[in-house]
Amino acid sequence: MARFLAKRIAGAFVVLALVSLMSFAIIWLVPGDPTAAFLDTSATPEQVARLRHELGLDQPMIIQMLDWYGRILHGDLGHSILLNRSVTAAILERLPVTLSLAGVALTLALIAGVSAGIVAAVNHNRWPDQVVMTAALFGLSVPDFWLGIMLILLLAVKFDFFPTGGYVPISEDPLGWLDSIVMPAMTLAVIQVGFIARMTRASMLEVLNQDFIRTADAKGLTRTEIMLHHGLPNALVPVLTVAGIVAGALLGGAVIIEQVFSIPGVGRLIIGGILSRDYPVIQGGLLFLAVIYLGVNLAVDILYAAVDPRVRLE
Amino acid sequence: MARPILEVKGLTTTLAGGTITILEDVSFGLQPGEVLGVVGESGSGKSMLALSVMGLLPKAVRRTAGRIVLDGEDLAALSPDRWRERRGSDLAMIFQEPMTALNPVMRVGDQVAEVLRRQGIPAKKARQETINLFRKVEIPSPEQRVRGYPHELSGGMRQRVMIAIALAANPKVLIADEPTTALDVTVQAQILDLLRKLQKERGLSLVFITHDLGVIAEIADRVLVLYAGRVAEIAPVRKIFDNPQHPYTRALLASIPEIDRPRGRLVTIEGAVPSIGAMPKGCRYASRCPFRRDICEQESPRLGLVSSDQAAACVQPFGFEKPQEEALA
Ligand SMILES: Nc1ncnc2c1ncn2[C@@H]1O[C@H](COP(=O)(O)OP(=O)(O)O)[C@@H](O)[C@H]1O
Ligand code: SF4
Ligand SMILES: [Mg+2]
Repeated sequence: MARFLAKRIAGAFVVLALVSLMSFAIIWLVPGDPTAAFLDTSATPEQVARLRHELGLDQPMIIQMLDWYGRILHGDLGHSILLNRSVTAAILERLPVTLSLAGVALTLALIAGVSAGIVAAVNHNRWPDQVVMTAALFGLSVPDFWLGIMLILLLAVKFDFFPTGGYVPISEDPLGWLDSIVMPAMTLAVIQVGFIARMTRASMLEVLNQDFIRTADAKGLTRTEIMLHHGLPNALVPVLTVAGIVAGALLGGAVIIEQVFSIPGVGRLIIGGILSRDYPVIQGGLLFLAVIYLGVNLAVDILYAAVDPRVRLE
Repeated sequence: MARPILEVKGLTTTLAGGTITILEDVSFGLQPGEVLGVVGESGSGKSMLALSVMGLLPKAVRRTAGRIVLDGEDLAALSPDRWRERRGSDLAMIFQEPMTALNPVMRVGDQVAEVLRRQGIPAKKARQETINLFRKVEIPSPEQRVRGYPHELSGGMRQRVMIAIALAANPKVLIADEPTTALDVTVQAQILDLLRKLQKERGLSLVFITHDLGVIAEIADRVLVLYAGRVAEIAPVRKIFDNPQHPYTRALLASIPEIDRPRGRLVTIEGAVPSIGAMPKGCRYASRCPFRRDICEQESPRLGLVSSDQAAACVQPFGFEKPQEEALA
């Protein structure tokens, strides 16, 4: 177990090093000059040169890189001149918004997806199976931003069940928070529900054909007991392996959904940064999302080892 | 004779379509405390017989006729739910493949305790009883082992766990379907010894399935010989070995490799079992039988008594003389 974890943590650090390198390199990869955001076209070459010096852009690349690593290791993601505050503070302020959106979506996706998958598998080739599979295919095919707009039009504009957008912090008003988060989280979760439902179904069907299910049957256990104690724990092992991927996809999807529902999260911060060429914000935001993504995957690995004793051997 | 604890009468199973029969008109009785060996080549329907009694036939296979009377009660007449309640209490089964028969993500002790819990035994007592059962099936350091997972155990140890699961039910009838076939030779002997010992100690009524007559000789009181889904012969073990009545039983005996047999004379039975989709109208063994006559192929020979405790399904059983080795040559 300790070795398994050590391997995973080491792996996460390698990925982190690469991701931070890429975040740094964005400034070189994206066309246009970072100074353009701060100076209008009439700026003199001297003004440009002075700003480049202030931003450290006149240093050799290797120095800039070391400088970048030195800063991020201290949690300093730089200063956004446009926002006039530190990038770290700007991100931390918006992080709970994005995390609650992705977290609620993940919870919804797991509960709905796993339940639907079980219902389908238990009723293999009968009508509930067909209903679930059709719905799952629909969920996988519908673009989430389109679904989001449709939901806003229907549930917010026409029926006024939910606000059209915006965000209420849970600390201010828990019910208002729920009201503001349900529709975007549902929109975000739909694709993943389809994905998880199909995984769970396939995995469950495979497990139900295994010898140990017949053993459970020979013990005289009821169908429900067999499903809950023997079928499900085994069927969930492969589902858990994709939970990390799902969480990553939800974080990515949140960037779009935050736009659709005008939610002030990290995604909107990054997109705002891109539109205004606010490089420290882009770099810091991406790095932050990557760190969260890696953290989630590490947590899933630990959970995985807890569920499947065979993994702990490796 | 006492009333049999298990009596199977006229059991017939078909593939769900209905035209292909897997077991045909199988009947036998099992006395309390008796070991009935069931022997037959692979594919002869041994596992289907076991699963029929358990009420665990695969979806594709259906029982179309027959009674399965356990301690006076016809299981075949019960609802599936009532039959299920007999499993893990009156009926228990040990399977051929210990490597896959246990749940890989559940502690082995819990897989035994689960059966005890069903009988209303409280969790703590069930845990203690599981340790006792592990000791009974001779698993070393049972206190630690109950907390282990199947992948930490060898095939032989897993089969011991399966035996403990079966014993936990305290069944009226235990069915062991080739419990040693998948194991190494030395382990086979240990598991066989263990089963024999437990059977004696507890007076288990045991249906022991194997394709190996050598194993039958060691454990069985009576033997049922299955050929292509039909009973070829049923008799006390001594009569099967000393005075077999069905030509197939003789051929099986001749195919046992023996130490005192001259080298290179290992006999195999010529020909092949007819495929289940193409069973002949008459005797199913006819295509391989050196004694075949015209009448053999006209209708299926009934299982007829040769003596008070021996029956064979052959139009011309051998009678009471000693088997003639030459006849088989
Ligand atoms: N799950 C199944 N579905 C349909 N037919 C099966 C199934 N399992 C076994 N059979 C058929 O039933 C016959 C008897 O098989 P089985 O009882 O497993 O033989 P044995 O245990 O003697 O080797 C075989 O012809 C086999 O093809
Ligand atoms: S009935 Fe005929 S073919 Fe069948 S075993 Fe007897 S002698 Fe052989
Ligand atoms: Mg078999």
